[in-house]
Amino acid sequence: MKLFNTLAVSAAVALASTSGVANAGTLQDVKARGEVNCVVTTGVAGFAAPNDQGRWEGFDVDFCRATAAAVLGDPNKVKFVPTTGKTRFTVLNSGEGDILYRNTTITMSRDADLKLTFLGVNYYDGQGFMVPKALGVTSAKQLDGASVCIQTGTTTELNLADYFRANNMSYEPVTIETNEEGQTNYLAGRCDVYTTDASGLAATRSTFDNPNAHVILPEIISKEPLGPAVRQGDDEWADTTRWVLNMLIEAEEFGLTQANVKQHAAKAGDNPSINRMVGTEGDFGSMIGLDKQWAVRAISAVGNYGEIFERNIGVNTPLGLSRGLNAQWTKGGILYSPPLR
Amino acid sequence: MEATTQQPLWYRIVYDKETRSVAIQVLTIALLFAFFFYIVRNAIVNLETIGKGYSFSFLWDASNYDINQTLIEYDSRSPHWRAAIVGIINTLLVAVAGIILSTIVGFLLGVLRLSHNWLINRVVYVYIEYVRNVPVLLHILLVHGIIVNTLPVPKNAMMAFDGTLFLTNRGFYTPKPIFEPAMWAVLIAFIIGIAFAIWFRGYAKKIQDATGKIYPVLLISLGAIILFPIIVFFLAGMPINLDYPELAGFNFKGGLVLRPEFVALWIALSLYTAAFIAEIVRAGIQAISHGQTEAAFALGITPGRTMQLVIIPQALRVIIPPLSSQYLNITKNSSLAIAIGYMDIVATIGGISLNQTGREMECMTIVLALYLSFSLLISAFMNWYNKRIKLVER
Repeated sequence: MKLFNTLAVSAAVALASTSGVANAGTLQDVKARGEVNCVVTTGVAGFAAPNDQGRWEGFDVDFCRATAAAVLGDPNKVKFVPTTGKTRFTVLNSGEGDILYRNTTITMSRDADLKLTFLGVNYYDGQGFMVPKALGVTSAKQLDGASVCIQTGTTTELNLADYFRANNMSYEPVTIETNEEGQTNYLAGRCDVYTTDASGLAATRSTFDNPNAHVILPEIISKEPLGPAVRQGDDEWADTTRWVLNMLIEAEEFGLTQANVKQHAAKAGDNPSINRMVGTEGDFGSMIGLDKQWAVRAISAVGNYGEIFERNIGVNTPLGLSRGLNAQWTKGGILYSPPLR
Repeated sequence: MEATTQQPLWYRIVYDKETRSVAIQVLTIALLFAFFFYIVRNAIVNLETIGKGYSFSFLWDASNYDINQTLIEYDSRSPHWRAAIVGIINTLLVAVAGIILSTIVGFLLGVLRLSHNWLINRVVYVYIEYVRNVPVLLHILLVHGIIVNTLPVPKNAMMAFDGTLFLTNRGFYTPKPIFEPAMWAVLIAFIIGIAFAIWFRGYAKKIQDATGKIYPVLLISLGAIILFPIIVFFLAGMPINLDYPELAGFNFKGGLVLRPEFVALWIALSLYTAAFIAEIVRAGIQAISHGQTEAAFALGITPGRTMQLVIIPQALRVIIPPLSSQYLNITKNSSLAIAIGYMDIVATIGGISLNQTGREMECMTIVLALYLSFSLLISAFMNWYNKRIKLVER
């Protein structure tokens, strides 16, 4: 009976934790543990992947490191939890991860039904198509009758069906479970087209032997705002992490970089926005449970949003993504952080 | 007994063997039920807490996704239940095709394994050991990889049989037969042929029992079932039109297509299961003592009829029960289809539908119930067949 009780209790706990019961105090837990558990992908080049020394690198990884630097003072105090598209939300909700930075599209059902709190957008994406250059295709409108490789378990299947139906074209879907198997099939010529988020296409293409033989078509057929998320019900932790993200975006807007942040922090300057970020004016860190130097630590660890972008996925990297929608609102993009004041 | 009935209940439970065993059984069953009740209740309560409930109404919503191999009409506006049916048909198709091919290959290998020719014997032995000891998922990925990587893309399709068969890494294309109304005559001829064969079998047996005369039943039956419809087919003026596949844009259009996903799954499952069936067949044949053959020869029965009348009926009794479990395995292993993108039940209702609707409990219940009913049906059929061939003891 004792064993039975133990079983019953542990089953109840497991079920209760997946049902999204509020877990308050994540910030305290993280500080006590001395480590941020960051949920990432199992490996998407440029976004989150271990390098040849086994150190995690990438766009999403840098945001995890910025969070750790702001909260714990050390960008290396991050434990990366690799997950697949199917397991990511369970891992976050069960408490195994503290924050999710995993190319995750913000949707209404994920926000409300899956009990997540999204913190904002760190990459504005959309679904695109990649074809071999040799096919001579220049527009997605020419894909009537093509075979299309898709990864199952994503929003792409639905977008694809809608797009071809709306344009009155036929296609053969080749639905495959993993990204790797999808790439293999595409490269072997099983499909004419590979489709996923445009950033994912660029990442996939950068791993090919001959990336220049493939072209990403201009049509973007869906809105995919990718952003970080935490468990619903812990507003304190959500505030802390949300403002780390906003601060990195605002730092770029006001020209605060990895190189000059220490200099600005040394003494108060003429720009009140910069002064508030580096803690020479007001005490904004304490509002989110941190100290005055939180932003200085994060920016000197990984740089501002623009620096993170250019280092990992920008035009000078194998992915070669231009800023596009992800440029600051002052530079023709839609990246817009609420003011830190 | 008189004495024990007067004892209090607790005393009997502790000291009376019979009462104690009943009490333990009752307790075990009660605990088991309590456990299942607890789990089911817990699931329901938790689903309700997060506001999901347990309802199958999503099955009537539009599925919004497409499937490449559909044997019934289906598109992205069809409801989820129709996607499930497409998946069921695809699963059954590969299971039935796999059972047929693995049985043929398995029996062949099993007999060859017993060959007195050293080379044949060893080659088959090595083949069986290799296939049996590598996980079936690897076989599936291997066959799929070979088809997709070695065959040409549609533009450079390999043509065989004068343009009637195209081999590409997107599938094998053949002309599709389109039946004209006169095809009914051929179908009727085929049915008549089968009826005749059944009648003739009984008739031949009656004659043999009465006079000892033996007719070539197999040859005459085959003639009735195959030759007769063919003659009718030609007499009716060949009432079939062929729809030839043609390269149009990216892919072939028209004709019949066997997709690489289906072919890979079918071949890999069949070859894998055939290795097990070969061993079962070998065991079955070796289980019959050689004395049986010698006795039959001593009675003057020819070697062919010895096999047919003495060895095979007895060997089948040993072969059928384990063969049934191989048929169940092939059906269940077909769920590995998702690895290469063959759209079976697990990929449709248990995969995409589940992911898009978030109805895990409902979708998994459906998939579970379907596999269970397929397996029970196969078991029931094989049990019936097993009973039929059982040795009638007098």
